[in-house]
Amino acid sequence: MADSTERHRRDLLTPEGVPLTVSIASAASRLIALVIDFLCIGLMMLALYLLLALAFGSFGWAAAEPIMVGLVLSGFVLRTLYFIVMEARPGAATWGKRLIGLRVVSRDGGPLSIDQIVARNLMREVEVTLPFMVVASMAASGDGALWAALAGLVWALGFSLFLLFNRDRMRIGDLLAGTWVTERMASARAADLAAGEAAHFIFSDAALDQYGIAELHKLEDVLRTGDVRALRTVTDAIARRIGYNEPLPDDRQFLTDYYRGLRTHLEREVLLGTRRQDKHDI
Amino acid sequence: MSRSTIQSAANFRAEREADWAAFEALLDLLDKRGPKRLSEAELLQLPRLYRATLSSLSLARAISLDQALLAYLEALSLRGYYRLYGNRTGLGHRTARFFLRDWPAAVRALGRETLAMVALLILGTVIGWGLVASDPGWYGAFVPSELAQGRGPDASAAQLREMLFGGGTDGFLTGFAIQLFVHNSQVAILCFALGFAFGLPTVLLVLYHGCMLGAFLQVYASKGLLLEMGGWLSIHGTTELFAIVIASAAGIRIGTAVAFPGDRSRIDAAAQTGRSAATAMIGAVVMLMFAGMLEGVGRQTINITAARYAIGGFLLAGWCSYFYLLRPKARFDGR
Repeated sequence: MADSTERHRRDLLTPEGVPLTVSIASAASRLIALVIDFLCIGLMMLALYLLLALAFGSFGWAAAEPIMVGLVLSGFVLRTLYFIVMEARPGAATWGKRLIGLRVVSRDGGPLSIDQIVARNLMREVEVTLPFMVVASMAASGDGALWAALAGLVWALGFSLFLLFNRDRMRIGDLLAGTWVTERMASARAADLAAGEAAHFIFSDAALDQYGIAELHKLEDVLRTGDVRALRTVTDAIARRIGYNEPLPDDRQFLTDYYRGLRTHLEREVLLGTRRQDKHDI
Repeated sequence: MSRSTIQSAANFRAEREADWAAFEALLDLLDKRGPKRLSEAELLQLPRLYRATLSSLSLARAISLDQALLAYLEALSLRGYYRLYGNRTGLGHRTARFFLRDWPAAVRALGRETLAMVALLILGTVIGWGLVASDPGWYGAFVPSELAQGRGPDASAAQLREMLFGGGTDGFLTGFAIQLFVHNSQVAILCFALGFAFGLPTVLLVLYHGCMLGAFLQVYASKGLLLEMGGWLSIHGTTELFAIVIASAAGIRIGTAVAFPGDRSRIDAAAQTGRSAATAMIGAVVMLMFAGMLEGVGRQTINITAARYAIGGFLLAGWCSYFYLLRPKARFDGR
């Protein structure tokens, strides 16, 4: 599990020089956010059309020309303004992105500038419409050189689906603007498992030397999840490995104490300069 | 010994936890109420608490093996970072800077490419003209039928004249004008986007567009309507063709950067050039919308050829002086 999430992690260097970990949003969540955004824009355009129809109703043919111009231009203007204004707000996310938990960040770790927002959103216009434009112009020219149409379409799709072909999930717009789209990482403050009252079980240094940091983290996961059967299995495994033969009435107490002992032990080693990665790392 | 390390690890958390909680509460407040409703004292606390959290994170990464604590600090720092650095606002100021400095500067930077594209467009026009003059059959090859709409070599002079001066009342020309506008914006966008394919398709597209223009002009010229056609075209065409030229110049700039990246990687080269080229492209879109408005209104209501030339020429002079002469940069030089 750690491996699959690890691939989406990137370091963002803050101006203070501390790297912060961000998680690159998946292509699927980007698509869902885009669909939601297009739905929002669609609703706005519907409202605008109703308004224009109302205007037509009251002015008749006299207003037909400005109404038609309005219709042709409204789609482009609405789309562009919606994306740019939304991403220029402090959330750096459109409604769709916010709902899914995404936001736009600048790859260099600096503030996200308006230029970047404008560049990535105008490019979207090209990316979304290019395949349709290619198909339309092929259909219009009509003389049906199929291979040319296919080559054009493949090229246009490669351009539009660029996002799928790079590990950072960047559109062409992201690439040019120097941005990433990242996923929100929410994390509540959890109690310290190692804090609390005195231990019931005391382990020798030899017993604590059996495991490394990887096992410590697994143990933490098991304790925080609190699944009874997992606790049982882990207790058995640890007791066997450290040679503990007494009866164990309380798995959780045993594991908590072992966790506390192991973490103290390993943290002390870390302070002294050795990070024991796992049980095979001597 | 064991007891003393428990003490220090616990101390690390105990000593700093209050700051983290305060920072979290302040961020919640900020999300709920916005920065304007926060008191001065609270605003002053914000950067201090952010740095405290960031330093806790650095320390925790070094000494703590508590995953949950690290994840919490990581998320909190990132949230604070987004709040403090996430976004540079000021859409109004940025818009002003775009029009007063960045756009003309970006167009000026594309000077060489712009000249080349103008030459290419003129070359295309000459070719189109020459071919249609020698054999009217070429007309169909250059002008797609839905754009021609009967204005071919076979149309009579009266028919052609009617289309130039038809006025906006019959509704037909308005529809055609909008279609032409949509077509031309697509050409501009394609010219820019195709630049990525090493610029070659852009060159062909500009050449082809020139051929189309030449074919149109030749058909009208053969009926003795060249002057009138020029007027009809120039009222918005100077703006529109200029926009297409700039868009393709931007595309070419990106194309050459991709083809000859120097000691940068191709992707870096595309990204760096893309940024200034995109500014010029945004400007081209503004020009196209301006041309669209002229086309929708001006071409139908202004029926005097001299006036059409005057407006077209005036706009061309206006754009040129805006891009190449006007340099109001003093106020916006500081980034």
